[in-house]
Parts: sequence; structure tokens; C-alpha cells
Amino acid sequence: MEEALFFLSAIGALGGAVGVIAMRNPFFSVLALIVHLFSLAALFLLLTSAFVAAAQVVVYAGAVMVLYIFVVAYVGGGGESAWEPIPGQRFLAPLLGIALFIELSVAVLSSSLLALGTDGPEVEPGFGDPAAIGQLLLEKFLLPFEASSILLLLAAVGAVVLAHRRREESA
Amino acid sequence: MSIEWYIVLSALLFSTGAVGILIRRSPLVILLCLELMLNAGNLALVAFSRMVGNGEGQIFAVIVMVVAACEVVVGLGLIVAIFRRRLPLNVDDLRELRG
Repeated sequence: MEEALFFLSAIGALGGAVGVIAMRNPFFSVLALIVHLFSLAALFLLLTSAFVAAAQVVVYAGAVMVLYIFVVAYVGGGGESAWEPIPGQRFLAPLLGIALFIELSVAVLSSSLLALGTDGPEVEPGFGDPAAIGQLLLEKFLLPFEASSILLLLAAVGAVVLAHRRREESA
Repeated sequence: MSIEWYIVLSALLFSTGAVGILIRRSPLVILLCLELMLNAGNLALVAFSRMVGNGEGQIFAVIVMVVAACEVVVGLGLIVAIFRRRLPLNVDDLRELRG
């Protein structure tokens, strides 16, 4: 059962990722990314991290993707030129990607992490639920939590400054 | 399911995102591919957190999500600003900042 769910979600995640880079229209790329994010949330659930899965669906697949869809609808699709600044870039890039995948896999799988081949240790029922994450965030990781809230505020102010329509521009 | 399956899947997703950044020219799609790479990193973090049996890796993943949301907001703000100035939305044409 777990294997079936894993391979189903893995196919969804990989298919979504390939869809993002293969679709001509950016709108379909965004839709493929939503499929990818939902499959990834299922994988997080399989790894018994309920809070991260919920945040993935609510924050990413909900809020961030709606932002993307708004901007794609505003800007419109198209704009992919056939011109390549580096000759043969579209053929070299997949080769580089395959090399990167092999390198990453070898680097991780040949490491001396003995627990890699196991299902992981037995965890108590509350592992990764909102209560556990909240306790960690507010006790052990309070400083990163506050720093990320300041970062969010800065990003919001920055976006307003960037997207602000200037007077002389609109005239 | 053993943990190494998740790690290999995460490496595969990361490489897919990297290939996308190399072959696509639209800044919107490049931002989407950055999301792919960040999410692959998140998957690896959560898998390692499960492997150690410790919730701290999930905190990392949540913080990565926050940083990704900030990056999206600023990136999309830049794209809207570029579009308003009637500049082409193509990273090969937008390279005056290149060193």
C-alpha cells in the first residue's frame, strides 16, 4: 500500500516537474506545478510530516500559485525566442541535468549514512504534527522564526515598491 | 518505503528544475523552475528528518517555504515592473546587468 502510494505520488511529482519545463504556455506550466506540489504534499504525508504537507497545500498550492496565475494572466504567455546565446544549449542542458542527477545520487547513496536503506526509526504518533512543529518553532527555533517573519515583511514592502506605478510613468 | 527512494526522487526533481532553468528563456518559467529546485530540497530535508526521527528537519523545510514565498513575491514584482516598462520578458534580452 505504501509502495503504491509512493510510486503514484512520485510519478505525479515527476510528471508535474517535466510539465513545468516542457509546456510552451506559462499558464500550463503553473498548472503542472500545482500537480507537482500536491504530489509532493502526499509524499510529505508518507514521511509522517503532516504539518509540512498541510503548509505545502495551503501556502504553496493555494496562495503562491494564485499569485502566479494572476501574474501570468496579467503579463500573458509567449516570448520564447528560438535564438540561443550559447550554441547547442538546448542539447547540452539535459546532458548536464543527467550528470547532476548521477552526481547527486552517487554523493548521497555512497555516503556512510547507514539509516538510508531503512524505513527510518519508529516514531511516536505525534511526530511532525502541528503541535510538535509549533513547540519546536517557539522554543528551540524562535530566532529563525522571528527572522523569517521580518523577511516576509521586507518582501511584502519590496514587492509594493517594485510594482508601484510611478506618476510620470502613467501619464 | 526506504528513505533512499525519497532522496533519489529529490535528486531527480532537482536536476529537472536545473535543466528547466537552463533551457527556458521566460523569467516566469525560470521562477517556476526555482520553485521546483526548492521543493526538491524540501523533500530531501523532510526525508532526512524522518530518517533521523527528529522534527528539526521539518522546521528547515518550513523556513525554506517562507524564503521561497518571499522570492516569489519579489520576483513577480520584478516581472510586473519589467512588463510595465514594455521591456521584453526574455532573459536573453534582459542582460544589461551582466558583468
